[in-house]
Amino acid sequence: MHNGVPVTTKPKIPAIELKDLQFWYRAGAWQLSLPAVTLEHGQHLFIQGASGSGKTTLLNLLAGITAPSAGELWVQGHAMHQLSAAKRDKLRASQIGVVFQQLNLIPYLSVLDNVLLRATFAGQAAITLQQRAIDLLRALGLTDDLQRQRASALSVGQQQRVAIARALLTQPALLIADEPTSALDANNRDAFMQVLLTEADKCATTVIFVSHDQQLKRYFHFELSMADLAKGVVAC
Amino acid sequence: MLIKLARLSLWNRKGTALMTLLSLTLSLVLLLGIEHIRKEARSSFTNTVSGTDLIVGARSGQLNLLLYSVFRLGNATANVSWATYERIAKHPQISWTIPLALGDSHRGYRVLGTNQGYFEHYRYANQQGLSFAAGEQFAGVYEAVLGAEVAKQLGYQLGQEITLAHGVGAVSFSEHKDKPFVIKGILAATGTPVDQTVHISLEGIEAIHIDWQQGAPMPGRKISAEQTLEMDLTPKALTAFMVGLNSRMATFVVQRQINEFRGEPLTAILPGVALAELWQMLSIVENILLLITLMVLAAGLVGMMTTLLASMRERQREVAILRAVGASPWYVFWLIQLEVLLLTLVAMLLSAAVLLLTLFGVQDWLAAHYGLFISVMPFSTETLYWAAGILAAASVLACIPAFVAYRKALTDGLSVKL
Repeated sequence: MHNGVPVTTKPKIPAIELKDLQFWYRAGAWQLSLPAVTLEHGQHLFIQGASGSGKTTLLNLLAGITAPSAGELWVQGHAMHQLSAAKRDKLRASQIGVVFQQLNLIPYLSVLDNVLLRATFAGQAAITLQQRAIDLLRALGLTDDLQRQRASALSVGQQQRVAIARALLTQPALLIADEPTSALDANNRDAFMQVLLTEADKCATTVIFVSHDQQLKRYFHFELSMADLAKGVVAC
Repeated sequence: MLIKLARLSLWNRKGTALMTLLSLTLSLVLLLGIEHIRKEARSSFTNTVSGTDLIVGARSGQLNLLLYSVFRLGNATANVSWATYERIAKHPQISWTIPLALGDSHRGYRVLGTNQGYFEHYRYANQQGLSFAAGEQFAGVYEAVLGAEVAKQLGYQLGQEITLAHGVGAVSFSEHKDKPFVIKGILAATGTPVDQTVHISLEGIEAIHIDWQQGAPMPGRKISAEQTLEMDLTPKALTAFMVGLNSRMATFVVQRQINEFRGEPLTAILPGVALAELWQMLSIVENILLLITLMVLAAGLVGMMTTLLASMRERQREVAILRAVGASPWYVFWLIQLEVLLLTLVAMLLSAAVLLLTLFGVQDWLAAHYGLFISVMPFSTETLYWAAGILAAASVLACIPAFVAYRKALTDGLSVKL
């Protein structure tokens, strides 16, 4: 178990702080417990776990979709565990980015619109973030030509990179990635990891990365195993 | 963004969206169309007779008198004597009268004995007078003017001879064969019972019955058509007569005077009032029509909901993505609502256009062939209420798929079940 050791000098508020976080559907039934974890800006955490090990519950919890049953969850100094569902949605829009396993994009929107989708919910006009979106996409290797295309026209690798751009658009404190490389081949996977972490570091975003692929561990500062988190009953 | 998403999401599923739109448009066209026809039918019905202030007949009920004098349905219980008619016609307040003598028929169509006043004063719909499609008024005793439908159904031309039958059945055993009538004129279609009437002069009615007594030919006594013309053909009785007054203000006074006429028991009715009362009796038909229309609309709306519900499965990913970027479950709820409203609005506009074009296209044809005068403008302030009601109904029904989406957004969160 590693607790956060600052790797950057500046930030005073941790990007994410978990204090004895617990979640259960019914008291006494299967539950998820997280140990105390504090991650400073730019510190990345690898959570190792296969699907079916409560991964989705963990992601929903960290992203503020579901509220914890007990404990504390602080994101960028906001007490997520005390916020209403609507406030958590707002906080997620500005402070938490999510990258799924695959099919991250709304197929009928253009690539650029998919990225700018976030601006609406973060309470910012799309126009103010447009330039940042374009720059991010370019940095991730998506040409202006590709940006105007429908999302469904892109390859899986390209779509995953668009997802990174969307997740980082509002320079969030936290980026949650759920096996984003599982649909990629080895070459693409390494390239993806490179751009993900490079771009995240540029805006001092902390990455929490969930995957069963042990080889990816080397990219991260810390690691956790799902097996340690789920107590009591076996996974569903 | 919400509108853009709803619009593009619908466009993305354009196959099903178009089918939904089509079925919804069809049901709205039906709704608006039937509603329009219902209103037009009522106004056309209540305008079967216009410009006539009173209808006078032997003492009976108001509907009975209306039915046999205007709609040629049923028979009069008693007649009005010619002397009485002449006396009342001289009333200073009365401007014109149209005598009506019924009781004979031609191949199922009623024969009406009347005079030139009929062609001059009879009005229907919006004060529209009778006009001739061919020929002219009858002048001689053995001349007839046909209603548009009689001429069309039986294929009669001007100059053809027809024989009238005693009684009103389609098949009659006692015909006035000895005194045939020449078709002198054919009226233009009116969409009223006039179209189904054979008009002849009162003298003609008298002539064909001159050698009859008690509703049967007198045995051994035959008077030829030519001989008849020499005789006095002043009618002895009428079935009813229509009255036009100098001033409408006098309507109730004159009605009362006729109802209290000492010479013989009479009833005078206001045709507008009687027609409205009759339509009230037919309102069940109107209500059933309305009910069917509403059912059709409900079917259209339910169809739309079914399609939307079915699409919720494939849209699970959409919902998860929206949630990931910070959309609340309510946002997803309103997204579905907005899609329904968009579909409904477009369907309403389409159906209005279809209806307008259709009415515009068939108006002349309906008027020419059926004498149905339907206004091209199917919209009124009432249509606005309908539109609001339809939108409200759609939005209420949309709560079902919208709520399903809301639940999905709330419970499934970021999970995408593939």
